[in-house]
Amino acid sequence: MPKIYINGDEFEASENDTVLTAVQKFGGYIPTLCYLNLKDINIENKPSSCRVCMVEIEGRKSLAPACTTPVSEGLRINTLSRQAVEARRTAIQLLLSDHPQDCLQCPKNGECDLQRIASELNIVKNPFMGKTTNYKQDISTAIIRDPNKCIMCRRCETMCNDFQTVGVLSAVERGFNAVIKPTFDLPLEETACTFCGQCVAVCPTGALEEDSYIDYVWKDLVNEKKHVVVQTAPAVRVALAEEFGFEPGTISTGKLVGALKLLGFDKVFDTNFGADLTIIEEATEFKERLENDGFLPMLTSCCPGWIKFLEHQFPDLIEMPSSAKSPQQMFGAIVKSYYAQKANLEPKNITVVSIMPCLAKKYEASRKEINSSPDYKDVDYVLTTRELAKMIKEAGINFTTVPERSYDNPLGESTGAAAIFGRTGGVAEAALRTTYEWLTGRELRTVEFQALHGYESLRVAEVDINGQIIKIGVAYGLGNARKLLEAIRDKKIDLHLIEIMACPGGCVGGGGQPYHHGNFEVIKKRIDALNVIDRTKIIRKSHENPYILRLYNEYLEKPGSEKAQQLLHTHYLEREWL
Amino acid sequence: MCEQIRIVLRNAGNINPENIEDYLKNDGYLALAKALESTREEVIDIISSSNLRGRGGGGFPTGLKWKFTMQAKGDEKYVICNADEGDPGAFMDRSILEGDPHSVLEGMTIGGYAVGAKKGIIYIRAEYPLAVERLKNAICQAKEFGLLGENILGTSFSFDIEIRLGAGAFVCGEETALIHSIEGSRGEPRNKPPFPSTSGLWGKPTLINNVETFANIAPIILNGPDWFRQYGTKNSPGTKVFALAGDVKNVGLVEVPMGTTLREIIFDIGGGIKGDKKFKAVQTGGPSGGCIPIEYLDTPIDYDSLQNLGSMMGSGGMIVMDEDTCMVDVAKFYLQFTVDESCGKCTTCRIGNVRLLEILEKITSGNAHLEDLERMISLSNVIKNSSLCGLGQTAPNPVLSTFKYFEDEYKAHILDRVCPAGICKNLIRYEVIPQNCQGCTACARVCPTQAISGELRKPHFIDQTKCIKCGSCYSTCRFNAIKIV
Ligand SMILES: Cc1cc2nc3c(=O)[nH]c(=O)nc-3n(C[C@H](O)[C@H](O)[C@H](O)COP(=O)(O)O)c2cc1C
Ligand code: SF4
Ligand code: SF4
Ligand code: SF4
Ligand code: SF4
Ligand code: SF4
Ligand code: FES
Repeated sequence: MPKIYINGDEFEASENDTVLTAVQKFGGYIPTLCYLNLKDINIENKPSSCRVCMVEIEGRKSLAPACTTPVSEGLRINTLSRQAVEARRTAIQLLLSDHPQDCLQCPKNGECDLQRIASELNIVKNPFMGKTTNYKQDISTAIIRDPNKCIMCRRCETMCNDFQTVGVLSAVERGFNAVIKPTFDLPLEETACTFCGQCVAVCPTGALEEDSYIDYVWKDLVNEKKHVVVQTAPAVRVALAEEFGFEPGTISTGKLVGALKLLGFDKVFDTNFGADLTIIEEATEFKERLENDGFLPMLTSCCPGWIKFLEHQFPDLIEMPSSAKSPQQMFGAIVKSYYAQKANLEPKNITVVSIMPCLAKKYEASRKEINSSPDYKDVDYVLTTRELAKMIKEAGINFTTVPERSYDNPLGESTGAAAIFGRTGGVAEAALRTTYEWLTGRELRTVEFQALHGYESLRVAEVDINGQIIKIGVAYGLGNARKLLEAIRDKKIDLHLIEIMACPGGCVGGGGQPYHHGNFEVIKKRIDALNVIDRTKIIRKSHENPYILRLYNEYLEKPGSEKAQQLLHTHYLEREWL
Repeated sequence: MCEQIRIVLRNAGNINPENIEDYLKNDGYLALAKALESTREEVIDIISSSNLRGRGGGGFPTGLKWKFTMQAKGDEKYVICNADEGDPGAFMDRSILEGDPHSVLEGMTIGGYAVGAKKGIIYIRAEYPLAVERLKNAICQAKEFGLLGENILGTSFSFDIEIRLGAGAFVCGEETALIHSIEGSRGEPRNKPPFPSTSGLWGKPTLINNVETFANIAPIILNGPDWFRQYGTKNSPGTKVFALAGDVKNVGLVEVPMGTTLREIIFDIGGGIKGDKKFKAVQTGGPSGGCIPIEYLDTPIDYDSLQNLGSMMGSGGMIVMDEDTCMVDVAKFYLQFTVDESCGKCTTCRIGNVRLLEILEKITSGNAHLEDLERMISLSNVIKNSSLCGLGQTAPNPVLSTFKYFEDEYKAHILDRVCPAGICKNLIRYEVIPQNCQGCTACARVCPTQAISGELRKPHFIDQTKCIKCGSCYSTCRFNAIKIV
């Protein structure tokens, strides 16, 4: 245990502390910009490139970056040294000197780390202005890249390469022209990018942002000819409140619905209904594959980021995922068919908006083959949790005092099984609750499968069903998915069902959620909140959702029927790895 | 009168570098044999007490580096020879590799034995095809003679050497960038610690030394540390190879004991300034170094004295400048090089050096104010203190040193808007001296913009609005009729 001195005070640091972690434990503060430590998912980005965390260390000629300088016995650290503070200020001024002076029009305004630190360091003028780099924006279905706002912190590169193993983003060129670019300088749209949005989730500036569809939604909301229906994903209700100053993990379902109604949506429905429907179709398919020697393991298909990853990187395993569409897309298909019929509306006059924790969902909704008719899109616009918060603020709605309201029916009712779709292990658990009862014909008393709970990124669980051991794999993060798939390909592991989610902790950690600013605890609290929702539901198994049963009775006939196939199932495409 | 002492260049030019027998005849590989009879500790002790310091620029004690690498835990270790030599105008390492490749192989093999490595890699510039050719040939021959490969000289020690071609960027000479480049990643440095001696190539302990450092090893082992220490200064023993260039009569490689003065090198060996002009400054250490003025010509040079003068030993570049040199322009030249060669990883170097260059451009174009000097100095200090690697940390040296010794020249550009050396185009004018002009029309004919008019045998006239200050007229006129003002 090295004894060190922080601004003169003695402090017992631990062996593998850096100056930064020691000072933080001590209760001190050093600004950091490039450094990112998500230890729960084993990701550490420490290029020490921003040079914003400089401190003075007695006896050293140069300043030292706190984030990458290890402590050692007797180290004397001065975090308040004028020289160090001036160096931090200069580093920020230099970054700003090659940066659009654009905060007022920037989507990141108010959430930007560069902006925050500039303000902390009292940067009110900049003596270092000069030539600037000038790159075109790269606009894709889900993500907008604005390299002019990039500060070369390399966080996106680390997420895309180390966590997702997609490797689309990397630093190219040298010196002043160094910049992060997608593979072969292609537009992101043409690469193997999965649109998981994890690069966006960690980008400290506005260099990576979602492609926003807010304007289109406003337009349809005021268009009297349009019947605008909205659906909300499970993970949104446990995160949205953060945007309004509530604690992470706050459950705000009632306020969410209330706010959507105030915004003028004609019907506020729930993606959770779609999730229950997904379970019915997916469990049917799983049962079928189990009983008839079908392709095993069956992979879940509700995460479009993961599906795109598979299409690019494992085209040989394309038969493995369930053909069931994701809850978002099932919901859209049902609204434009069943609901349209019931409400006596033309599908083309209905606008389906979804509120998602996700950027890949924007892309999923744009997939051609996913639609149930060539004449319209099943889901018209996808907004992220963050975008919804912006709309609520823009409209002048006080979220704190919004009256709590309930979802509309018939597509607003859902079970506890649907709620946990938003967390890692949840889809597998929901599917098991149903499969277990279908296969055994017995009631499942303990609905929670503890082995499928937890925060770890790679887990395997075994469940005894009728004497047969069903092995289930759960992974989040595409790097972990890769490990599982390679093991399957090499026949090193033998599983029946695998749930894969692209994002840390599942959709609660999605690329469209309120920024976690490097704090994984936020994600854990959202997971816990989803479990609370599950436990407070009276019905916790998808196949017991009465409105789902009614849907089958009135419209779809039975799970896996021809109509269900046409509306609720899809296929996947082989793609190149670029 | 000072003398050259040839330790490193002992064989270069004297033996046939393509024939190992020539090397063997000149005590070649005797040091390796001697080392293999000693323990690893003994070998390291000899290197340590010789006080040899790394010739790649930093001057880190070689013995200590070997010791750290030996002590580092690792199932595998590597030895890397840094032959990336990217300083503009430097060719010391190339001469050694081309003239005496075995001296480097022998040094590396001894190093491998001392630190416990089985594999050596020479990272060499792709622009050195002859050196690569000779190294390959030397490696083959050494293997044939049992001096490289399995069970060297019948002992249990095995060591192999492989050649890797450099990626062509100057920064790839920085050791961590070099390692990244070998690993196939982007050639950019990372923060140290950990140093390569504990975590280097593929995360394994790695000994990385410069070509010239390795070339010193065999003679030290063979003749002992005391012999080595008789040359040079107490803190920097031995010799150093310099590439003498610029406005000096005899240019080329010189190997002199450390502690030789700049005057001895420039005037005794270099023969003084070309065209009998006045000496103005000498630049040492390449783009990381600084300019040293006439007052310090008698400084005995070693790692420390050069650093105290605000310059560097660097890899041994030495460029002499005469009175016609503009020191602001020199600073600008070197900084332009670093700006072009920056890897772009860290803020202070990527953007800071560009801003610094912009300030210099402002000065040389006559648009600067005195506050710009303050900005220049404070920015230089931040870049020096905050940059990630040696490239950024030393980039402001040319600026700081020229400012330290030639502040008046900077001020003349700013306050009087003149370039005293007549170099900075924006601050000079070419004018015809009518008394001298013979009206020969030679100037008018070479002027690329037709800025010069005048009748035959009558004084000519330069239209300043058209003149682009290329200086063609000035160098063409045979009657000294054009002046720079
Ligand atoms: C920008 C930069 C370029 C460098 N280029 C070289 C080089 O070309 N050759 C070299 O030997 N060392 C070079 N170095 C120094 C190396 O990082 C390293 O210190 C050296 O190879 C260690 O060998 P030594 O201890 O024998 O000097 C460079 C350092 C920097 C910062
Ligand atoms: S990225 Fe940050 S600093 Fe840059 S314009 Fe946007 S809010 Fe401002
Ligand atoms: S969205 Fe995901 S896959 Fe695409 S670039 Fe970002 S991190 Fe990589
Ligand atoms: S795009 Fe964002 S995350 Fe990526 S390097 Fe630039 S600033 Fe960092
Ligand atoms: S895990 Fe969820 S939020 Fe992330 S890409 Fe997949 S569906 Fe979207
Ligand atoms: S100092 Fe320059 S060369 Fe070195 S890491 Fe920083 S940007 Fe790259
Ligand atoms: S946070 Fe330490 S260098 Fe960026």
